Parts: sequence; structure tokens; C-alpha cells
Amino acid sequence: MARIVGIDLGTTNSLVAYMDNGTPRVISARHERAMVPSVVALTDNGLIVGDPAKEHLTRNPERTVYSVKRFMGKSLADVQGELAYFPYTLTEKGGVIRIQLGEKSYSPPQISAMILKELKLRAEAFLGESITKAVITVPAYFNDSQRQATKDAGMIAGLEVLRIINEPTAASLAYGLQEKTQGTIAVYDLGGGTFDISILKLKNGIFEVLATNGDTHLGGDDFDQLVADLLLKEIRAQHGLDLSTHPDHMQAVRLQAERAKIRLSEELKTTVTLDLPDGQGRFTRELTRDQLEGLCNALVERSLGPCRLALKDSGLNPTDIDEVVLVGGSTRMPLVRQRVQALFGKEPHCELNPDEVVALGAAVQADILSGGTTDMLLLDVTPLSLGIETMGGVMSSLIRRNTTIPASAKEMFTTYVDGQTGVDIHILQGERELAKDNRSLARFRLKVPPLPAGVPRIEVTFLIDANGILNVMAKDMRTGETQSIEVKPSYGLSDQEVERMIEDSFKFAADDVSARKVIEARLDAGALMTTTEKSLADGGHLVAAEEVATIRTALSALASAKEGTDPRAIRGRMADLEQAAKGLTVAMLDDSLKQGLQGKKISDVT
Amino acid sequence: MNGHTHNTDDRRELQMARSMCWHCQSEMAGEYFCDRCVKVQPVSKDLDYFTCFGLPRRLVIDTQVLEAKFYELSRAFHPDFYQNKSDAEQSISLGNSAMLNTAYRTLRDPIQRAEYLLDLEAGAVKDIRTSPPADLFEEILELQETLDEFRESNRASEQASTLRAKLDADRTNLEERQRDMEARLQQLFSRWDTLQDRGEATEQARTERNHILKDMRDILSNRTYVKNIVNDLVATIS
Ligand SMILES: Nc1ncnc2c1ncn2[C@@H]1O[C@H](COP(=O)(O)OP(=O)(O)OP(=O)(O)O)[C@@H](O)[C@H]1O
Ligand SMILES: [Mg+2]
Repeated sequence: MARIVGIDLGTTNSLVAYMDNGTPRVISARHERAMVPSVVALTDNGLIVGDPAKEHLTRNPERTVYSVKRFMGKSLADVQGELAYFPYTLTEKGGVIRIQLGEKSYSPPQISAMILKELKLRAEAFLGESITKAVITVPAYFNDSQRQATKDAGMIAGLEVLRIINEPTAASLAYGLQEKTQGTIAVYDLGGGTFDISILKLKNGIFEVLATNGDTHLGGDDFDQLVADLLLKEIRAQHGLDLSTHPDHMQAVRLQAERAKIRLSEELKTTVTLDLPDGQGRFTRELTRDQLEGLCNALVERSLGPCRLALKDSGLNPTDIDEVVLVGGSTRMPLVRQRVQALFGKEPHCELNPDEVVALGAAVQADILSGGTTDMLLLDVTPLSLGIETMGGVMSSLIRRNTTIPASAKEMFTTYVDGQTGVDIHILQGERELAKDNRSLARFRLKVPPLPAGVPRIEVTFLIDANGILNVMAKDMRTGETQSIEVKPSYGLSDQEVERMIEDSFKFAADDVSARKVIEARLDAGALMTTTEKSLADGGHLVAAEEVATIRTALSALASAKEGTDPRAIRGRMADLEQAAKGLTVAMLDDSLKQGLQGKKISDVT
Repeated sequence: MNGHTHNTDDRRELQMARSMCWHCQSEMAGEYFCDRCVKVQPVSKDLDYFTCFGLPRRLVIDTQVLEAKFYELSRAFHPDFYQNKSDAEQSISLGNSAMLNTAYRTLRDPIQRAEYLLDLEAGAVKDIRTSPPADLFEEILELQETLDEFRESNRASEQASTLRAKLDADRTNLEERQRDMEARLQQLFSRWDTLQDRGEATEQARTERNHILKDMRDILSNRTYVKNIVNDLVATIS
């Protein structure tokens, strides 16, 4: 079976890992770190990803996308409150967010796919084989739409996503593999954009998730924003400057805020320095750890609510937890460690690199799926209750939150009116009473044969698979016939749209590749033309006039090819020119040798 | 709309599926895997959860044994181990795992276990009570009134604190009642188990059996009713 890699597609950083003879390892490109910043920038040379793209955050803020994970499976209305913070332009089409980059607009799965492709390329270069299958991680508290969007991203990137697994449970696999622990563990995962808590029971190789909770909108990005807001306020007060009209400076403030926050995990105070726009001087401020903690305290506190709920749902007290494992870059903050330690009453574990542990766990799960690891099994749960809208706009729960997956529920439907030919079904996810307060996942119309009211009996099976993704099937109990159901996702791409994006991605890839080839050919042609012109100027007298004329003809042929977009034509004319100038090159070499000898003689004489 | 209803055609179809391997059509003797071609078999929807776990129909069960069996069957059915198999096997693995998870969730919890057993033995779906049980009628009616008054009162007022004191007393009272019901349920559970262990087919045993089932059903529905009332009360006063 072809190799399956494990991918942590993070809000701020992404990584790819593989299983190397029973040991999971992250893959890094030569001389680079394994973490690929989840940043995509549109430059004059096309789309770029990772560290080079990160440099465009301040240079080219309107065309540099970061934290795209926050938009996966969301509609514009969902993120209305924070639009002002993002320098790039967001629009909406058919319930799906679009991100404008130059002329084109992209859905969040397409942007994520670019990051995935970069990881795929790294893995292929490292492993020396083509990679087409992956396990991708998502925050445990991701809903169905967000999971589906992640799966779509994989497909667009040319990856068959064999499994979507939850980040904290992935971390527990890596942790369990290494520590061979038995007992109850709590995994606290605070990353760049999301927070998850999972409580698991580890016994004889079975990793049984008892409960999970979280906040898909709580992470290091939010801490950075609080610090940035403080700096912006002070800059306004002291310098009368409103930086919100300077996207590049806004990004610089955000990045400096993040750096200061990171430094304060080690130090007790630090200095933040920012260049103000249009040479209006500098802003400098000292920030202490106490001040940072004052700003972030409420957010850290907010993460404890889900922890308590998860404990309650698993029927446990904090003292029942044998070990606490910390995952995600933001758990390096001393305040976070203190609060977690206080809640569970024990010192948390952080032996494993919190940046890598999720990707490593994804690689372990990949190995389980390919049949390599057979003694470990993950039994995960669905984080949110699934139900349907019933009369009066109330949600009726079919599968409760924290139910072990795969999970299924059946519901029988009939008609209320004679001859009715369809029943509309609205699927919801969430914990609230009213349908409108929960997440709308999809709507579909169940086809019913026209019969007297109450006679049709259609059994609908709602099945949540091991990815935490919903599948719906219907069966007419009178005829035994099964019905395929077209579910229109409320906040996602339809199958056709994903298809089109896969095609586009090949096209763009081809476009990108050929664009790069043209650019490179032009650059090389330019260099060759410059050196040839110089040779003609320096050594034109060394060759016959006809030869100079031939070179000039080849030069102008190359110049016009360079105007075109065919890299092969450019390369062809370059070869012609090199051929034509061969005599000149040889003559000049001879000449310089001769001159060299002459020079020596002269020096010998004197 | 109503829940899980079995269709007779469906049953026949599944029983057939059980007696013969879906893949090699050989006679099935083993539980979940064909003896000949070793392919996984769909678990029949007629197989009750107790049988599925190899447990007798008892109400007091060893949860360690249940868990061990759950893990064992999870290793046999989970989709993770069917990634390289045919579509048919993958879909059986998915269906079996979903069913196994439901079965485990039901049997793990003593109340759900009893409700499920009642359903199996007496064919009655949970009966949902909408009016207070007879012995609590007066008390609950009065409690509802107090709750309404409290909700409308000014929380800082003298009246509110009097009402709160009364509600606190009611709460203690009802919680006492709940403990009482739990104890009676436990007794019924062991009476049921003892009766089953004796395995007599006498008229007297049959009467006893029906008696236990009826008492159990009453307590279970009262229990749910009282639980909802207490939840409502706690939510209102806190
Ligand atoms: N030493 C540190 N102190 C405080 N915060 C840190 C430190 N190192 C990294 N971070 C923060 O951790 C976050 C990134 O963590 P991580 O890479 O785990 O996130 P992610 O996996 O990309 O996000 P998510 O899991 O939410 O999708 C950033 O917000 C970063 O500022
Ligand atoms: Mg992460």
C-alpha cells in the first residue's frame, strides 16, 4: 500500500510527518525548519507559501493570507466581527467565503490546499516518492462543515484524505506511543487559532476519548490582537496616528505584538519598538509579563470553562485525571501552565515538542490505517450533538455530543397531507434548544411516493463516520428501496464546486509552472544578451564582419522571442545565439591568453 | 415521526444474511466472521445488545467485563482496520462499529440498561410521564406554584428569600425521594437477576417477573419526571 503521511494543518503553522520504522518523524526541507507558516502570498512571480510568504505580510499585506483556518467552513456572517482585523479582502459566494488575491478569488479550502501542496512537495522531495494519501488533523471541536472543508482542501491539493482526526487525540497517540501510559489523561491544546480539551482513557493500546470540548475561536492570535490593540491605542494617543489606514503597519504591529508575547514567556519584561509611517519617528514601549498576563487573563480563563464541561461529561473530577498533556505553541505561556496546573491539581507534561506532537500523532494514525501499527486503536467521539429541526423550530437531538464514532441514529418519516411527495429535512449541530441557535449543516428533501397521509414510511439513517463527518441514507420501508440523498451543505462547497476547484488547481499548477518557466527563461535570456553585447563591444574587432552580423541577427531574434511567452522558443533562440557567438568567445579567450602572456613578458622585462 | 421501528421484511432479510456468509455463501457457524473466507459479517439488527456482548440478560453486570468485550469487538470491527479491504467490507465495518458503540453506551449505564431490558422483555418503549406521579401529586403542584412566584418576585425582596428557603427545603425533600427510588430500583434489579438465575418456568415465577417489570417501569418513569423537576428547580434558584 502506498505511503500515507500525517499532516497538521494549523492556523499559524503546518507540518508533515511520516512513520519511519515504528517511529514518527516530522519532515523538514533541506536547511529549513519543519514548520511551514500557514501563509500564502500572491507575488509578481505567482503564489508562494510558508516562510517566504510570511515576509510579504508587511510588504504586501493586501495580498498575503494568514490564519485562513479561521474561515474554513464559515460564512461571511460568522466572521463579521473580525473582518476589520484582516488586511485582505473577504467576500462571499453561495454561503462560502472568498478571499480576493489580485484578479482571482479563492475559497478557504483552496488557500489551505496551497499549504497542503507545499507539504506534499516537501514530503515527496524527502521521501523520493509520490505522495497521494494523507491523514489530516482538525481541532476536535470543529463542526461538520469545518471538517468537510478540510477534506475538500486535501482533495484540491491532490491528496486522498483517508482520515480526518482530532488534534488532541492525535497528540495523545504520539504521547501514548512514547510513554506507554495507562490511565486517564487530559490533553489541553491551545494553538494559534483554536482551543481543544480532550479527556481520554488509555488502556492496553485502546485510546478511548471520554469527552471533548473547546472553542474553535480561541488561541494565540487572540492574545496578539489584545497586545496589538493596546499598542495601537497608545500610538494614537501619543502620536495622533491612526494606523488602521496603513495595512502594512497594522501587520507590523501584529507581528511585533506576537514577538513580544513570545519573549515574555522567557523574560519578565521586554521592549517593543515600531517604526511609524512616513518617517514620523518611532514608538517604543516596555511591556512586562504582568501587563501581558493582565491582558490575556480573561481569555485563558475562558479556556477553563470547556475543561470543566469535558470533565463533567466524562463523569470525572479533576483528581481523577492521572496526567495532563500540553499541546500547541500557546501552552508555552507561563500563565497558561499555571492555570491548567491549578485546575487539574498536577504539573502538566510537556516533554514532547508541543509544535510537532500533533503531526507525529497523525503519522501514527496513518500507520494504523496502512496496517503497520496494529496494537493501537483510537476511539474518538463527536464533539457536538447532531439533530434535526422539528415543528416549532426546535432541535431534536439524534446523536448526543461525546458519542463514540462511528455513530448512527435512525428516524422514521411520514407525510401529513395526502399525496405529499416530499419531506424537507433540516440537519443541525449544536447544544442549544432552538434550531436557529444551532449550526445549520444541510437541508435536503426526502422524496416520498404520493400516497394517503401517514402511509409512507421512510427510514432515514444519520451516520457519523470515523472522520466525524455526517452521511445520510434513506430507505423506503414499504418497498425496501434505498434512496440516495443529495445533501446541500449550508456552509460548504458542493461536490461539483470541489470538482471544479480540483481541475482549476491542476490548471493553476500548470499555469504557475509555465509562468515560472517563462520568467526563468527571460531572466536567463537577458543575462546571455548582456554578456554577448559586452563581448561584441570588447572583442568585435577580433572576428570577421560577417560573423558580427550573424551574432547581431541572433541577438535580435532572441530579443523578440523574449517578448513572447513560450519558454521553449526563448531557450531555442538562446541556443542559436550561443552557437553564433562561439567563434567570438573562442577568439576572445585566445586574445586574453595572448595578452596574459604578453603581460608576463613585459613584467619579466622590467 | 417516531423512532426505531422494525419491519418484518427487513428482519427476514437480515436473518438470512446471518445464516449464510454474504461473500462465499457458506453456512455460518461463527459469530461475526465467516469460518471459511474469514470475511466480517454484518451484525444482525435482531441480535440484542446483551447477546452481542456475550452477556446474560441481567441488570447488575460487571462493567470491567463489558469494557473488555467492547474493546475486543472494537478491534474486530473498527473502520481503521478495514482501510485496505473491499467497499463491502468497509461498509459492514462501519455499520457494525456504529451498532457496537450504541450497544456499549446503552449497557454501560444502569438506567439505560434497565430501560433497554424493559423494552426487550415487555416490548414497551419508554413511557414518558407528563403528569406527576400519584404519591407526589400535591407536593409537585405546590412546588410549581412556588417556582412561579419565585420567578416573578424581586430577587432582593423579603418574599424571595422566604420562597427560596421553601424551595431549598423542597429540593432536599425531592432529592431524598430520588435516593429512595434509586434504592428501590437496585432492589428490583437484584430481584430480577435472582429470578433469572433460578430459571423457573412456573406460573408463580411468571407473575413475579411481570410484577418486577411493572414496578421497574413505574419507578423509571417517575424517576425521569422527578429528575426534570429537580433540574428545573436547581436552574431557577441558582
Ligand atoms: N514561547 C511562546 N510563548 C507564547 N506563545 C507562543 C510561543 N511560541 C509560540 N507561541 C504561539 O503559539 C501559536 C502557534 O502555535 P501552534 O503552532 O501550536 O498553532 P497552530 O497549530 O498553527 O494553530 P491551531 O492548532 O490553533 O490551528 C502562535 O499564536 C504563537 O504566537
Ligand atoms: Mg495546532
